[in-house]
Amino acid sequence: MYKGKRIVAFAVVFCAVVLMPFWANAFGASASSGPEVSTDTPAINQMDEKQCVAQTEYMKSSHMQMLDQWRTDVVRNGSREYTSDSGQVYEKSLDGTCLGCHSNKEEFCDACHDYAGVDLYCWDCHDGSAS
Amino acid sequence: MAMKRRDFLIVGAALGAAGLGALSGCSPTEGAPARAEGGTPGRHWGFVVDVEKFNRVADMDKIRSVCAQAYNIPSIDDPKEEIKWIWEEPFEDSFADMDEAYLPDAVKESGVPVLCNHCEEPPCVRVCPTQATFKRKDGIVEMDYHRCIGCRFCMAACPYGARSLNFSDPAKHLDHVNPDFPTRTRGVVEKCTLCSDRIDRGEAPLCAEASNGSILFGDLNDPDSDVRRALAQSFSIRRRASLGTGPSVYYVLKGVEEHA
Amino acid sequence: MLEKALHGSKGYYVWIAVLLLAIAVGVAAYANQLMNGLTLTGMSRDVSWGLYIAQFVFLVGVAASGVMVAIPFYLHHYQSYGKIVIIGEFMAVAAVLTAVLFVVVDLGQPMRVLNVILFPTPNSMLFWDMCVLSSYLIVNLVIGWTVLGAEKKGFPPPKWTHVLSLIAIPLAVGIHTVTAFLFSGLAGHDYWLTAIMAARFLASAFAAGPALLVVLCLILKKTAGFDVPRKALDSLAKTVCYAMIANVFFFLLEVFTAFYSNVPGHKAPLEYLFVGLDGHGQLVPFMWVATALAAIGIFLLLVPKFRHNYKTLVPALMAVFFACMIDKGLGLVLGGFVPNTFEQVVEYAPNINEVLVILGVYGIGFLVLTVLCKVAVGVRAKEIAPAREHGADGDAAAAACEEPAAS
Repeated sequence: MYKGKRIVAFAVVFCAVVLMPFWANAFGASASSGPEVSTDTPAINQMDEKQCVAQTEYMKSSHMQMLDQWRTDVVRNGSREYTSDSGQVYEKSLDGTCLGCHSNKEEFCDACHDYAGVDLYCWDCHDGSAS
Repeated sequence: MAMKRRDFLIVGAALGAAGLGALSGCSPTEGAPARAEGGTPGRHWGFVVDVEKFNRVADMDKIRSVCAQAYNIPSIDDPKEEIKWIWEEPFEDSFADMDEAYLPDAVKESGVPVLCNHCEEPPCVRVCPTQATFKRKDGIVEMDYHRCIGCRFCMAACPYGARSLNFSDPAKHLDHVNPDFPTRTRGVVEKCTLCSDRIDRGEAPLCAEASNGSILFGDLNDPDSDVRRALAQSFSIRRRASLGTGPSVYYVLKGVEEHA
Repeated sequence: MLEKALHGSKGYYVWIAVLLLAIAVGVAAYANQLMNGLTLTGMSRDVSWGLYIAQFVFLVGVAASGVMVAIPFYLHHYQSYGKIVIIGEFMAVAAVLTAVLFVVVDLGQPMRVLNVILFPTPNSMLFWDMCVLSSYLIVNLVIGWTVLGAEKKGFPPPKWTHVLSLIAIPLAVGIHTVTAFLFSGLAGHDYWLTAIMAARFLASAFAAGPALLVVLCLILKKTAGFDVPRKALDSLAKTVCYAMIANVFFFLLEVFTAFYSNVPGHKAPLEYLFVGLDGHGQLVPFMWVATALAAIGIFLLLVPKFRHNYKTLVPALMAVFFACMIDKGLGLVLGGFVPNTFEQVVEYAPNINEVLVILGVYGIGFLVLTVLCKVAVGVRAKEIAPAREHGADGDAAAAACEEPAAS
């Protein structure tokens, strides 16, 4: 092979660099344990039954889709009320409903977003009180 | 393996195309209607400005500040980059196409409040390439700031100069932020919303409330509404109505009769 | 084939370095604009489109002009254009790409540009403009590259490229018609609200585009020994001449309608452009320069003696090119915003950052044009005289076209 040795050598170096995260997990220190998310806020502590607008698992995996849908509903379709599976009615509002309970943005929202490397700009415009 | 390079590329391209198709299925608004459905059908919200009364009793600074505080409108000194939702212009400039030489001084020298006309046939909605601006069922022309790409086609299309671009970050020009209403980001266009959030809660727009009765608000489709009764009693005009936009803001010129 | 662009004379490398420098400056200026917003431009709430959109409109015209070579060649088998049709196609590719880049740098929220595809809106002319511009770009690139590839191997081009060439013809008319519709469909700007806008756009495009093409071919001939039949250039020069006459005629129609009808709204923008309005008249000198250039250009092109002499042909073509650039770029876009909706005159002057971004975008356009021309000329040179391969270069492809970047 033309310049075979060099090609193989660089291929090995390339693989070593690209697969770095796997090396880190396999041979390095313990794998990351995931973010610490706190629901310790006055509003949540006051609740008899600690229940979000949907199941925790669903909220963990799909809150962004729900918020996106809420945004479309409110801004474009004038639909401002959300009825949960339990029959309770909520206002479709990031500022009012979500952040009303989850007032600890740093321990709740940011903890996970930072861990996942997600850079959001929702707060640039929403929840002016925080800025 | 007898797969030739060419076949490999074709298969690769097909797979790539399939992947793109799958990606488009992840569209965040999948299932959402392309057209806006908001607002109560059958309504047609509008304003009637009593020009003479406005000049006598209204305090434009107060109206502007009430509006600006509620909707986090930045105050920018540079007239080129000002964000304007409602503001005052001389009658002669606002109705320049009328070009009447011998109007009563009271009318000629008066100022009128100008704002988005929430047109029946809004040119801004027609030209917007992303439906970021749209018309609700109750006639309100709304903005979706999340979707606006800042192409400013709507600004060129609006015959009323009612649209403003956030040339820079508006947060820098806000002294106090009302947490109940979002601020905007730079690079998006904004305008008067006719207080659609208040209307949805059954409240009247702020400018009408703060105008000491010189700006009437109501349903133009309802013959018994304040606005329709006012229009039935007096001579009224609309800005550049000949363009076929169907403005929903009427200006009543009772002053003509009183001063004649 | 792209490897042809990697070798060249010293002049070629210097030219590429200059372009890369311009691009670097433009990218830095654009990063600045991304961080701070469109406040770094001279645009305002009254003049909400400026030089970016002006360049876009003008370059769409340059791109559309490829059809002035394609129609005679593909539809009427005018063989003299056989050699230059590929240059026309590559010039169209570079021009469309540059035009689209100008729209992107003009956006307030460029990272959301795909919303145009995500939420397709047929009632918006901008949506249709995106459709025709992207189709035209792809079609021209595919035709040019395939034909050249076949030529390199000594095969006739595949049949489907001929079909694509036929599709490109209505697309070329389409890109400029739809771009005209962006303006002529807006009530409230009397200068734009005119049915002849699309026709005027096309006439101006068919003047400016082939003018640039002839100059480009002559540069390639001089620097790279690119073989252009004299007959082809003369035919193109005639096209430029007649298109420019049509362009001026259409403009005079506007002047007649505005001033004979005496409708103030129609007169005001023309007055602003040619004599000034309410004491504002920063575009007046530009418009008169354009008028003079148009007159000189048409005169030199009409007289066969001047048209056949390269010494007078090139200045004539440049005169036409810049007359169109001022008329369509500055006059049409900026003039349409005056007076504003309150009959007040607000003027626009570009900001330095904006000018640097424009420089960078033109840098990208000329880089693409240079590389494509280099490839085309390189392939041809090999075909004719393989020994010349290394000497062939399209370095000055844009040398004479440097001026538009500076304006």
